[in-house]
Amino acid sequence: MRGSLKELGVYYRNLTRNMVLLITFVSITPMILVSGLILFQFHTSFQEKVHAHLTTLVKKHKQNIDTFLKERLADIRQLARTFTFEELSNESFLQDRLATLQDEFGPVFVDLGVVNARGLQVAYAGPFKLGMALYSTADWFQRAMKSNAFISDVFLGLRGLPHFIVAVRENWRGDPWILRATIDFVAFNNLVEHIRIGETGFAFILNRNGEFQTKPFQEIVPGKGPYLELLRSDNSAGERPVSIGRMTGEAGVKNIFVASPLKEGDWLLVYQQKVSDAFSDFERSLRVTMVVLLLGLIAIVTTAFLLSRRMVGRIAKADREKHMMNEQVVETGKLASVGELAAGIAHEINNPVAIMVEEAGWIEDLLEEEDFKDGANLKEFRRALNQIRTQGKRCKEITHKLLSFARKTDERVQEFRIDEAIQEIVALSAQRAKYSNVTVKLNLSEDLPNVRLSQAELQQVLLNLINNALDAMEKQGGSLEISSREEEGILMIEVADNGPGIPAANLGRIFDPFFTTKPVGKGTGLGLSICYGIVKKLGGDIEVASTVGVGTTFRIKIPLEMIKAQGSLNGKGE
Amino acid sequence: MPGQIKLLLVDDEEAYVNVLANRLRRRNMDVTKAYSGSEGIQALRAQDFDVAVLDLKMEDMDGIEVLKIFKKMEPRLKVIMLTGHGSAQAAREGLALGASGYLTKPCELEDLVDMIRKTASKEV
Repeated sequence: MRGSLKELGVYYRNLTRNMVLLITFVSITPMILVSGLILFQFHTSFQEKVHAHLTTLVKKHKQNIDTFLKERLADIRQLARTFTFEELSNESFLQDRLATLQDEFGPVFVDLGVVNARGLQVAYAGPFKLGMALYSTADWFQRAMKSNAFISDVFLGLRGLPHFIVAVRENWRGDPWILRATIDFVAFNNLVEHIRIGETGFAFILNRNGEFQTKPFQEIVPGKGPYLELLRSDNSAGERPVSIGRMTGEAGVKNIFVASPLKEGDWLLVYQQKVSDAFSDFERSLRVTMVVLLLGLIAIVTTAFLLSRRMVGRIAKADREKHMMNEQVVETGKLASVGELAAGIAHEINNPVAIMVEEAGWIEDLLEEEDFKDGANLKEFRRALNQIRTQGKRCKEITHKLLSFARKTDERVQEFRIDEAIQEIVALSAQRAKYSNVTVKLNLSEDLPNVRLSQAELQQVLLNLINNALDAMEKQGGSLEISSREEEGILMIEVADNGPGIPAANLGRIFDPFFTTKPVGKGTGLGLSICYGIVKKLGGDIEVASTVGVGTTFRIKIPLEMIKAQGSLNGKGE
Repeated sequence: MPGQIKLLLVDDEEAYVNVLANRLRRRNMDVTKAYSGSEGIQALRAQDFDVAVLDLKMEDMDGIEVLKIFKKMEPRLKVIMLTGHGSAQAAREGLALGASGYLTKPCELEDLVDMIRKTASKEV
């Protein structure tokens, strides 16, 4: 039994675990799937949105910058075509032109210079002293001579400051000459520097060699990563005006970049932002979702655990009750068959015992005769015969007990006196009461009308109540009072003991079948429920009042009109 | 013998009837033994009795039946019933049919003698 109890414990634990797992799995799987799906969709569309936004941004700025450069070029060309080489070679005239330009566009144009075919700057207007500077070896000059318009990369040049040059080539009397203007780096830089989004988004321009054409907000190492590739690939055709990609920078920081070629592929406008920054909104939603998901997970697991534990608890209880009920049903059946057997034996034994006792009595009678009066062993004879009689009585008691135990309830309705029926049943229990050290007091009304019902059933009710009281008082003894009276047409029979009492928690269940507080095998838990059934059948009621430490009183109440006999009983015949 | 009670003992346990008859005779009773219900009826037909002691559980006839016949034959005959334990029902039935009293078997001889004497002295 102990082993099987241990097995049961393992069984219930496994059951609980399986239920927890199943509930958790069934609840969490759809939650995670749906959340994942939504997150994925959200991520995709969010990324598209971010990319579209950045693309638009970069495109717009690319156009701005391109336009800026083209306009500056157009300004210079306009100047070069409007005036002749000679006119512009006059430095004061050139100074005037620069003033006009600066008037019109602000401090975008830093200086103007007129360079002849040999690379000599024949006229210069501007803040530096660069008159008669020789540019024949300068890269920009050589390239400007090859095309009729040229915009240089940013370089330090002779003045040692970052700047770039816009130059146009014109012909004067068969010789080419160049009008060049220096574009203020700060003004140009502002165009790009102002592209700032979030905390880490910034833009810069690279030339084909990967050199900065603007001052980047953050120090990056161009030439590494994807920029070099983009710079090398010829995007001047404009197939991919804007490319978007990702790169992992120093310390594993992931960056998103958007690049677009400028100046017909000479330059690259790059916008770079940390992914975590660009997607900060998304990551915030992701974090919120994760927190919600986690809370949901905890709630589900907790619920699953509590629910399973409660359900398994109920199952275990039901199992226990079923088990107990099975045991008790078997027990009851066993008792019934033992009872029948006992009744048979008791009946058979009664006659031989009666004969033995009477024969002993006969010998006693005969010992009274004169012949034996002086017999030496007369005293011993008498003692032996007395013993036979005593033991015969014991046999009788045993058989009587067996018979009362096995007696089947007789449901036949008959007329009888309540007080006599009670006395009869009390007499049956007298021996037990004596053993349990219980004094029985009777307080029976003799004025009660005769009743018509099954005496055996009523006696069974009383016997059960008396036996329960005796069981309760078995250890300490006590007193049992049985009273009967009539109250407003209701027959009242009370069985009151001063035993230990019934705890309030059990009071509501004592009439339930199979409810017992007696140790296993001692009580069937059927006694009181049988009582209840019988009294209810008679149209009556059975009540219990009990106080722990004071005692218990059972009260049977049956309306007399239900059970009153029509005539009166003949009495016992004496 | 004057004052002797004329008693009819009816029980199918012969040994019991014999020993009981011996003991009752010593107590100044005129005992006639019958080992079955029918023997009892025959005995009652042959002579008058003051009291009959009748076992309720016999093999040939139910004691209640014998009681009914006795009462029909001799309404003045007083009948004491001997019953087994748990046959209180039958005993009560017997009382209703006119029996004078009952004792459960095995009983104390003195109780039986007492009951016989009291019953015999009572007028119906």
